Amino acid sequence: MEYFLTEEQKMIKDLARRVARERILPVAAELDEREEFPSQLREWFGETDLMGVGIPEEYGGLGGGVLETCLAVEEISWACPGVATSYAANWLGIMPLLLAGSEEQKQRYVRAVARGEKLAAFCLTEAEAGSDAGAIRTTARRDGDFYVLDGTKQWITNGGEADIYTVIALTAPEKGPRGASCFVVEKGTPGLGFGRKEKKMGIRASATREVVFTDCRIPATQLVGREGQGFAIAIRTLDRARPGVGAQAVGLAQGALDRALAYARQRVQFGKPIITFQAIGHMLADMATQIEAARALVYATARTIDAGVKDFAKESAMAKLFASDVAMRVTTDAVQILGGYGYMRDYPVEKLMRDAKITQIYEGTNQIQRNVIAQELLRESARKG
Amino acid sequence: MRIIVLIKQVPESTEVRINPETNTLIREGVKSIINPFDTYALEEGVLIKERLGGTVVVMTMGPPQAREALQDAIALGADEAILLSDRAFAGADTLATSRALAAAVRKLEPYDLIICGKQAIDGDTAQVGPEVAEFLDIPHVTYVRKVRELEPGRAVVERMVEGAVETVEMSLPGLITVVKDINQPRIPSLKGIMKARRATIPVWTPADVGLPEEVVGLRGSPTAVEKVFVPQVERRGEVIEGSPEEVAEVLLSRLQSVGVL
Ligand SMILES: Cc1cc2nc3c(=O)[nH]c(=O)nc-3n(C[C@H](O)[C@H](O)[C@H](O)COP(=O)(O)OP(=O)(O)OC[C@H]3O[C@@H](n4cnc5c(N)ncnc54)[C@H](O)[C@@H]3O)c2cc1C
Ligand SMILES: Cc1cc2nc3c(=O)[nH]c(=O)nc-3n(C[C@H](O)[C@H](O)[C@H](O)COP(=O)(O)OP(=O)(O)OC[C@H]3O[C@@H](n4cnc5c(N)ncnc54)[C@H](O)[C@@H]3O)c2cc1C
Repeated sequence: MEYFLTEEQKMIKDLARRVARERILPVAAELDEREEFPSQLREWFGETDLMGVGIPEEYGGLGGGVLETCLAVEEISWACPGVATSYAANWLGIMPLLLAGSEEQKQRYVRAVARGEKLAAFCLTEAEAGSDAGAIRTTARRDGDFYVLDGTKQWITNGGEADIYTVIALTAPEKGPRGASCFVVEKGTPGLGFGRKEKKMGIRASATREVVFTDCRIPATQLVGREGQGFAIAIRTLDRARPGVGAQAVGLAQGALDRALAYARQRVQFGKPIITFQAIGHMLADMATQIEAARALVYATARTIDAGVKDFAKESAMAKLFASDVAMRVTTDAVQILGGYGYMRDYPVEKLMRDAKITQIYEGTNQIQRNVIAQELLRESARKG
Repeated sequence: MRIIVLIKQVPESTEVRINPETNTLIREGVKSIINPFDTYALEEGVLIKERLGGTVVVMTMGPPQAREALQDAIALGADEAILLSDRAFAGADTLATSRALAAAVRKLEPYDLIICGKQAIDGDTAQVGPEVAEFLDIPHVTYVRKVRELEPGRAVVERMVEGAVETVEMSLPGLITVVKDINQPRIPSLKGIMKARRATIPVWTPADVGLPEEVVGLRGSPTAVEKVFVPQVERRGEVIEGSPEEVAEVLLSRLQSVGVL
């Protein structure tokens, strides 16, 4: 398919592909097996400037947008969706700063992330607040020139590994979601601690951890945007980042297809390569078709956002929903094509199937995405009368 | 430190096909890359620069499209690039190649170190490095796997020899050729690639390096390639039977008869 990528976009895709194939792929199985966060993240993405792909040039980045970031995520995910998660979560972590941060915050934090010197994480979810993010309980109490944070964030990607945490906390608990604000907290701040490290089904190369605030005192200048804007910032952050999950899903689905195709050509049963059985050929055909449709939707959504369109919550939800459902189906079929070998850890497709599942869950479950799309449909049709 | 890295652009495929009529390499339709060993030479130059400061100049002699190899080298950290390219350079053997490269290096004086790959994957002679050093009358050390010490005027390097490692001290300026053990070449950065695209790369002709056309290219090449072929290896296996003593006896006389012992 011709996606009319610019020279620069092709360059980003090619470089991400090289890093993915030459550096990440050789260690992906081992990282998964050992549930290990890769220490080479900075070398892979910092030294190659890939960390700065979605960051404006004035903050040391390459000035790319959502599409450029998606291209990088897709290629990385082809080799290891777990590593792609860490990469994408870093971008998610600085998104509140890009959207609402002060000039000083951007110069200080975004620049360091663009250079690959610092890693970021985004902290919204809590034990009692998943899909219902409005139910968060973490508080930020104003105390003179400081805020004091208390509460526990759960399942934070890059938790413990990141240097910069953007956090949604309640400055006015009585107001509910309208009383939420966004803060940026540096690792090493007294009162910022890390709890349980999760043991996961997939994306095991990514770190998922509790981030705990106990009487954590930060200067008032760490407030991102204004008091009360926290929830709006979180929603805008997620809407913007969500096609990235779609790109992750497309990349890993492509990885599963490529491996299943190679296997089907070489595996002989009943005296013939199994690809010559129509049942297998059709499965591959369906996989390829679904992946291409998902890719087209993800790229189109990314371009819509980059074009500066105001309202894109629906499109963003569609891209994530569709691509992640495709990834789950495609990876399940890839395991089927490899038969018993597909079920074994010696072959990479069972890992991709385990990794695929998360794309239907995080950054809003697919049920929530459908809710968003349905609400938008209702609103649009009501407007038309 | 001023470091000069000599790189060659080669066809990507390791199975280079040869035109039986002309005895030259068939290059059509094959993607060109930097000779793999030369990427290690370049990385070593860039690592030294990052450690000690200085500049890395990368140079190649080749057709106009060899410019791409130089751009890749800039993306990987070289500061400057020079292309030796002219009709008159074409058809050079290792002697004519080295003479041209050496003459160009002289124009870049003063320098501390020249780094080459151990050999080119197409030509495979491993001659160009040492020949360049001889033309320049500077010391050279081949098959270097580690630069242990480096300061103006002096270097200590480890070189691979069959079954052992030799530690050699050399005076500078000098030339080394490197093996793959020396480092792991980096992947270029996006900013590096963009910088490389904008880089201006001067093209030097024989006149620019002060050489008459008779001593470069085909005219300056005393080597005549008569035939290039892949030798047929014929092996015959034979099982000698009998008791160990008998077998040893037969084997010994057989080896003596063919002059091995
Ligand atoms: C590996 C991993 C990494 C994560 N990383 C981060 C991170 O970096 N930062 C962060 O803030 N969060 C992170 N999360 C949290 C993630 O975003 C939440 O898990 C997700 O939003 C869903 O919340 P929940 O798990 O509490 O599910 P619940 O909200 O409890 O949902 C349970 C089930 O009920 C369904 N459901 C809930 N509400 C509705 C409804 N209204 N209509 C229909 N169905 C509904 C859901 O679809 C789901 O099937 C991460 C999660 C995981 C697993
Ligand atoms: C009669 C004849 C005609 C030939 N005609 C042609 C021709 O038309 N076109 C052609 O491409 N080749 C031609 N060759 C091959 C040519 O001689 C060699 O490719 C060249 O001299 C380099 O030798 P090599 O490849 O063995 O390199 P090696 O000696 O194995 O290379 C060692 C190192 O020297 C350096 N180096 C080698 N070549 C260059 C270079 N050109 N620029 C910068 N650094 C370099 C690199 O660092 C390399 O790693 C011809 C050879 C002969 C004998």
